[in-house]
Amino acid sequence: MGEPIGRPPSDGEGDLPSTGDTVPQEEPRAAHEVEEEVLAAGAIVTTGRGGWRDSLLVPFLAVVTALVIGGLVIVFTDEDALREWAGFFRDPGEALSASWRVVSESYYALFSGAFGSPSGIGRAFVSGDLDQIRGALYPLSETIVAATPLVFVGLSVALGFRAGLFNIGAEGQMNMGAVVAAAVGFSMGYLPGPLHLVLMIAAGFAGGAVWGAIPGFLKARTGAHEVITTIMLNFVAVSLGLYLLTTDFYRQQAEPIARPVEVAFPHLFGTNLRVHAGIFVAIGVAAAVAWLLNRTTIGFEFRAVGANPDAARAAGMSPTRTVVAVMALAGGLAGLAGTNQLASVTPSLIPGFASGLGFDAIALALLGRARPAGVVLAAFLFGSLRAGGRTMQAVTQTPIDIIVVIQALVIAFVAAPALVRAIYRIRARRVAGPDAFAKGWGG
Amino acid sequence: MSVVAGSVGASTASLRRARVMGILFLLVGVLIVLVFGLGSEGGVVSRLGLNPARAETLFRLPDLVLPARSTAFLLGAVCAFLGGVQLSRGFERRVNLVIAIVLVLFVFAFLTWAARDRSLSLLGMLQSTLLRSVPITFGALSGVLCERAGVINIAIEGMLLTSAFTASVAASLTDSLWIGLLSGAIVGGLVAGLLALLAIRYQVDQIVAGTVINILALGLTSYLTDQFLQRNQELNNPGRFQNVPIPGLSDVPILGPVAFDQNVLVYLMMAIVAASFFGLFYTRWGLRVRAVGEHPKAADTVGIRVLFTRYRNVILGGVVAGIGGAYFSLGAVGRFEEGMTAGRGFIGLAAMIFGRWNPIGAFAAALIFGFADSLQVKLNILRVGIPSEFLAMAPYLVTILIVAGAAHRVRPPAADGKPYLKE
Repeated sequence: MGEPIGRPPSDGEGDLPSTGDTVPQEEPRAAHEVEEEVLAAGAIVTTGRGGWRDSLLVPFLAVVTALVIGGLVIVFTDEDALREWAGFFRDPGEALSASWRVVSESYYALFSGAFGSPSGIGRAFVSGDLDQIRGALYPLSETIVAATPLVFVGLSVALGFRAGLFNIGAEGQMNMGAVVAAAVGFSMGYLPGPLHLVLMIAAGFAGGAVWGAIPGFLKARTGAHEVITTIMLNFVAVSLGLYLLTTDFYRQQAEPIARPVEVAFPHLFGTNLRVHAGIFVAIGVAAAVAWLLNRTTIGFEFRAVGANPDAARAAGMSPTRTVVAVMALAGGLAGLAGTNQLASVTPSLIPGFASGLGFDAIALALLGRARPAGVVLAAFLFGSLRAGGRTMQAVTQTPIDIIVVIQALVIAFVAAPALVRAIYRIRARRVAGPDAFAKGWGG
Repeated sequence: MSVVAGSVGASTASLRRARVMGILFLLVGVLIVLVFGLGSEGGVVSRLGLNPARAETLFRLPDLVLPARSTAFLLGAVCAFLGGVQLSRGFERRVNLVIAIVLVLFVFAFLTWAARDRSLSLLGMLQSTLLRSVPITFGALSGVLCERAGVINIAIEGMLLTSAFTASVAASLTDSLWIGLLSGAIVGGLVAGLLALLAIRYQVDQIVAGTVINILALGLTSYLTDQFLQRNQELNNPGRFQNVPIPGLSDVPILGPVAFDQNVLVYLMMAIVAASFFGLFYTRWGLRVRAVGEHPKAADTVGIRVLFTRYRNVILGGVVAGIGGAYFSLGAVGRFEEGMTAGRGFIGLAAMIFGRWNPIGAFAAALIFGFADSLQVKLNILRVGIPSEFLAMAPYLVTILIVAGAAHRVRPPAADGKPYLKE
């Protein structure tokens, strides 16, 4: 009972793919052996053996497969297409072409909503007219705007994964970050703009960090599993936010809306395009997280604790302290997502401010294999789905929730590389056990 | 582990814990006297109703009419007395029972204070406690069935949501609540089959697999609601299971109206609690399931089919969660709403942990959550001066507190969450 993060001894085997045997090792091991084990585990987590096949081909095929299945869902829930399928034996060609029509229209709207039409962009650049170019680039700008908060929340979950923690609470942390950032944003308008913006970013980070540190602390001190505590704190954060919106300090005249913040990220290409400087902050933060994880002692401790807390403790690290630090940092990153939204597209805090982003974040971290560069790429993919999904809903009336379905399928295929390999008959090159992202209840 | 590790410092640590508990009881007593006693005006009475809303009952109990102030003084004194006994003599092993007693006294004092100068149906609160614990119990039972066989089931929330949707649509289409219930259960089983496939066949990290299913369930049900249900309201109008009083038993004072005048899903829940408890701990089937969850290699050695057992139990757990999902749309609300499960699946997981992976324990834990939930609704109506947003946090905060308090004292099945690789 004295070991806060310890797992029962009967439970200690199989943490590392390299020690996947079922015989518990009872005899004490030399310190250098433990150290080697931590290093080996770190190497597995960092480089992800298997080369380009696992890090690029599997995610690519996962996205393709998810889009195909999403297409099937669209077809079999479309009333026109269903009518044609009812007469399949009379006219199979018509059923197939109707289905193709439905899917291609939806996905074309999705694509053009996310990236614009290539020929349109080409024509605009040839014409040289600035307004026309802006119009053609509008979808791309929307994609980047949608991707920016996703980078932050994705990093939040990815950081947790690297330390063996499953942070489902990014949504609540983002909410709390936004709550604190909004207070700074609308009440300190007398400060010079840049200083105000920096202060607001810091406030958002701090708010998220406190909210993230709570489950970290609970886990370190009591062993309460972060999956349950972070989910519960999501609900608490929503209620707390709703309450604050009724207080005189936060609310506008209309009740469930907070006063707007008085500072924003500068637009990059004029006010007609919503793309703003937040994307540079996001990419900078991603680079900083990568540096922290791969080039610093703290990052090494994070990864070592994630790979094998027992070995990390034997090597003189403190898993307790690390868990709190990781969760606080993860919460802070999610809080930055909240600040980013306030300083750009939603200057007022409203109910449902962060809804759905927490789940997106998990998908992003898995798709990006918990690596910052991967998360950034995944965020652009999901940003394009979000931006395109809005256009798709407007043009073809396909509900935007299909995006959530596609994202869930992407995670399923990414988390189960064996499934993708089985579908596409790719030979597995490695024989190691399953990828471990999170730990069971014991941790 | 705790026995071995704790034996050295056990005496000092347990002595300190005993002292802390004694001081805590004393403080609760003082709190009751100061806040609830001095907080209610002298001569004001609280009326606590003990009769069901319907008029015709065999026995009619008088309402409990209590002087608010003296009641609080009395309850506070009892708590303080228990604290004094604990400090001087100590309850030793029975201290957990005393903790429960003090908690009940505190809640009762709180209710008397909240109902001062008004009347509050205590019976109604007990009824809604049971009702609100029903989906949590189903979720917790689903978790127990899966995890006793060694598969972590985070996907309970998703199973509840999908089957709530399916049950509503199926019942609306066929005009039969029973077919709706059956479809909900089947779909719960199918979703669990997907979890089993990912977790057992493809050995996906089980927490990730469960999360995938939760997201998929939320996305699919929201998508289908947007696509079909919003335009065709008749697809989402199943009606509800009516209460079926059990003759004789339903006339027992207090217990009757609470436990034996409910709809069929509540009875089904009680039956499944009893059956899974008996099944897990008193049958050969249960012994095998637990063997697979504790030590799959040993189970395999003696000829138990480990993977088959896991598939079967996960799917069984899905069916149970499916019935729980049907309760949302067919038992409680009478229609499907997007995201209507609102975290109840996760609260079920917490109940499973607090109940030590035991069906009866899980049910008892679910009742605590149900009580927290019904209390917040009641207080909202009584307008006790706490903002409704804070009251709405109650079930979630209770979950956090209980998981934090219980996590160290409980031990999950040893092979929980670990894929089994046959050599």
